[in-house]
Amino acid sequence: MRVRVFGPGCARCHELERASREALDSLEYPYEMTKVEDIPGIAAAGVLRTPALEIDGRLVLQGRVPGPTELRRIFEKAHAGAAGAT
Amino acid sequence: MTVPLPPFWRREWPWALALVGGFLAVHYLPVEPLVRALALPRPAAEALRLTQWYTREHVLLCLVPALFIAGAIGVFVAHESVMKYLGPRAPRVLAYGVASVSGTVLAVCSCTVLPLFAGIYARGAGLGPATAFLYAGPAINVLAIVLTARILGLQLGLARALGAVLFSLVIGVLMHVLFRRDEQVRAAAELPEPAPGRPLRQTGMFFAALIGVLLFATWGAPLTPSGLYATIHGIKWILTAGCTLALAAVLVGWFGLPARRLVLPGAAVVGAGLAFPAAPAVPFAAGAISLAAVTSTQEGELEEWFGTTWSFAKQIVPLLLGGVLVAGFLLGRPGEEGLIPSRWIAAAVGGNSVGANFAAAFAGALMYFATLTEVPIVQGLIGAGMGKGPALALLLAGPALSLPSMLVIRSVIGTRKMLAYVGLVVAMATLTGLVYGAVG
Repeated sequence: MRVRVFGPGCARCHELERASREALDSLEYPYEMTKVEDIPGIAAAGVLRTPALEIDGRLVLQGRVPGPTELRRIFEKAHAGAAGAT
Repeated sequence: MTVPLPPFWRREWPWALALVGGFLAVHYLPVEPLVRALALPRPAAEALRLTQWYTREHVLLCLVPALFIAGAIGVFVAHESVMKYLGPRAPRVLAYGVASVSGTVLAVCSCTVLPLFAGIYARGAGLGPATAFLYAGPAINVLAIVLTARILGLQLGLARALGAVLFSLVIGVLMHVLFRRDEQVRAAAELPEPAPGRPLRQTGMFFAALIGVLLFATWGAPLTPSGLYATIHGIKWILTAGCTLALAAVLVGWFGLPARRLVLPGAAVVGAGLAFPAAPAVPFAAGAISLAAVTSTQEGELEEWFGTTWSFAKQIVPLLLGGVLVAGFLLGRPGEEGLIPSRWIAAAVGGNSVGANFAAAFAGALMYFATLTEVPIVQGLIGAGMGKGPALALLLAGPALSLPSMLVIRSVIGTRKMLAYVGLVVAMATLTGLVYGAVG
């Protein structure tokens, strides 16, 4: 899955990136992660509150860093959705 | 032998060690013997004295609860209900009003202000509300209000919050009027899906208990020994304990915290209170540590609450203490002199002349203040002879603008609009400072 993390480089944005990698690694999903750090880029994606998380073009999270359990559930749901669509 | 740590602390223990160890080290540092033994020059001695004063007076009772409140605002406040008033279809007048005050709940940390500004401009309610938000946000977030009021006095704290809200409306409307031809059709922003919220009554009780702890624990000694203010001061620790109990009840009753997890913390707080009846800070510290221990290991929203609080602490505390050290070094404590002679400051920004207010506003607009460091710096400047008006001008222009943030703002709205915004901020801050200096 294609994962994008949005945030201008603040502590909580790094935290979301780290937690997302951890969750994805533990689920053993193949993924490609990019970070969007410039403010116009963040705005262009329709993100209002950082840190934010996008999976396969869908914004799933804005303005918070969820706990590891919830984050895993978010990725599992997105993974199941992607598998169902193809 | 290894101590089994919960996953969160397995990752974060170096930070915890650094923050708590640093706090204890500065708190108990024998500053005066050290100054004498090393024959430290006055600015260095002043830096140490000011840092120790901050650590002793403001960290445990004020900054720690404020950080928990900031974390709670990030997690438990339904931001979506506020954001819908900043969307592209929101009524104009309402959008201005909401933009000017919503920094309290939306901009807990300064790093969220600029993305939100860009979002409101590009995909939301437009340039006017976006600039209103940009101007007011940094001044009225909860940590800024608490710290300004506590260190610089309630009057300046309130003036800062009110000034920021009022003039953000003026600046927002002026920006809209100046550039109304440039308005374009905007794409709609994707608003986050509203999470299933808890009843307002429960969230309200939760915040009331938290704010109660902060308010009563920091209740200052009264000037006159009678009246309501003095009565509350006499029983402030009883009230603080009451609010702590209420918080525990809310957490168990509505936030899914098992009651058995409070047995040990309860015993620790009561034990600390009995062992050190003359030092209420000890049970308070036990309570804060217990809250951290319990929430960081409780899966779900409490874990998220502590995670947010913790990342604010990591981000803000080192910067703030660094700012205090620098302020102490350059400016000294109130009434003492640091590296910069007081008469220079009095000459530049003393009194309440147009020149002093403009100098403060202009310098503030260019200077970069790391989160909240404007507070110790302004405190140092006031101590060195800065007038009240210029102090407010600096507080209003400073956190809203800096050279780096100007570059980001320019990348979002272009050079002309950016320059207009900077000009308006400096003019408004000068004006507000003048009015406040003349009235207050």
